[in-house]
Amino acid sequence: MAQHLVGLVRQAFPAAVLSSHAQHGDDTLVVAPSAWHDVHAFLKSDARTKMDMLVDLTAVDYPDREPRFEVVTHLLSLELGHRLRLKVAVGDSEGEVVEIATLTDLWASANWLERECFDMLGVKFVGHPDLRRILLYPEFVGHPLRKDYPANKIQPLIPFREVDNIEKVAPFGLDEGMSFGRQSHDSWGKSGESGPGEAN
Amino acid sequence: MGELNLPTGTRTETLEAGEGAAFATTRLKDMLSWAQKYSLFMYPFVTACCGMEFMSLSGPRFDFSRFGAEAPRFSPRQSDLLWVVGTITQRQAPILRRIYEQMMEPKYVLAFGTCASCGGFYDNYACVAGIDKIIPCDVYVPGCPPRPEGVLDGLMLLQDKIQRGDRTPGFVKPRRDPASDQTLGMVTLRRNKDAAP
Repeated sequence: MAQHLVGLVRQAFPAAVLSSHAQHGDDTLVVAPSAWHDVHAFLKSDARTKMDMLVDLTAVDYPDREPRFEVVTHLLSLELGHRLRLKVAVGDSEGEVVEIATLTDLWASANWLERECFDMLGVKFVGHPDLRRILLYPEFVGHPLRKDYPANKIQPLIPFREVDNIEKVAPFGLDEGMSFGRQSHDSWGKSGESGPGEAN
Repeated sequence: MGELNLPTGTRTETLEAGEGAAFATTRLKDMLSWAQKYSLFMYPFVTACCGMEFMSLSGPRFDFSRFGAEAPRFSPRQSDLLWVVGTITQRQAPILRRIYEQMMEPKYVLAFGTCASCGGFYDNYACVAGIDKIIPCDVYVPGCPPRPEGVLDGLMLLQDKIQRGDRTPGFVKPRRDPASDQTLGMVTLRRNKDAAP
């Protein structure tokens, strides 16, 4: 669908495009981290692409990969009606240094999207004017959408009431209300135990 | 004119209005409870999708002003029933407790929906698993969202608890239990603990 865009970017940045693939009619480019900002600037300004809308910017955590994180952008040209997805792999396996250039100077919408991405996954966008948490509170430690964040870990802002059975689920039984909720995911990632997603 | 039913042990006295001009002090509490339960000033703390059901409740079809819960007060200092309608996040929890602390005694809390009651499926880093972790709760109404009839059951249960001076948490059971396929009927309003069911 947008195969000609892939060709255009490959032509303009022969060394920066690491790979490309298409799925369900959507083309995806994997680019080098050093060219992340330049490729986006090209796609936005070039008359043949005119990507004037940043639809989404997010990241994915692949704990077994190196680099561990993948930052994804979805671009749309409202005038020419084509879309393109770009990915870049960033970060070490510990997730301590995860840095990529900001896109806030190209699209204003990148500001909040990058703040959310930082909040949830801890990706630092170099050059962002106001990189702080957007959804969670400043006292929150860690980044909850990372795969190594414990599924049951909560960080209350105020202490719970000091009464008996404060950890109980509800005053009604598990079979009432929503029985499919509130289950433990602690076994995920442990060796020898299969997660809920795996077939037995 | 209306009448006033006084549960006094095993027998029930009915005083016609205008009679018995001199009330004994032991009955003042009952009269106050009676006045209180039919004039609940409510503070809607609406945070999520259950708010739609709350709107339908206050509309003419279900209309909880029939039960005296007529006037919403958007200042917690003037209200005595706190409706917690929707999911409470960890970030929202200090605000909810502050609202609760600003309310004047006697104050009552009704957890509207599964999220407010126990967190529902929001078993994650962001949400409080039930408002009773933060503030004491009088009536729980499970459901996602609860049926308006269920909420009215909860409101009547709360009125009954106010009349009896009972502050133990109560909850609304479903009228029909899908597990046993039995019709459970209305929520039981215990007029008298000693009376036969």
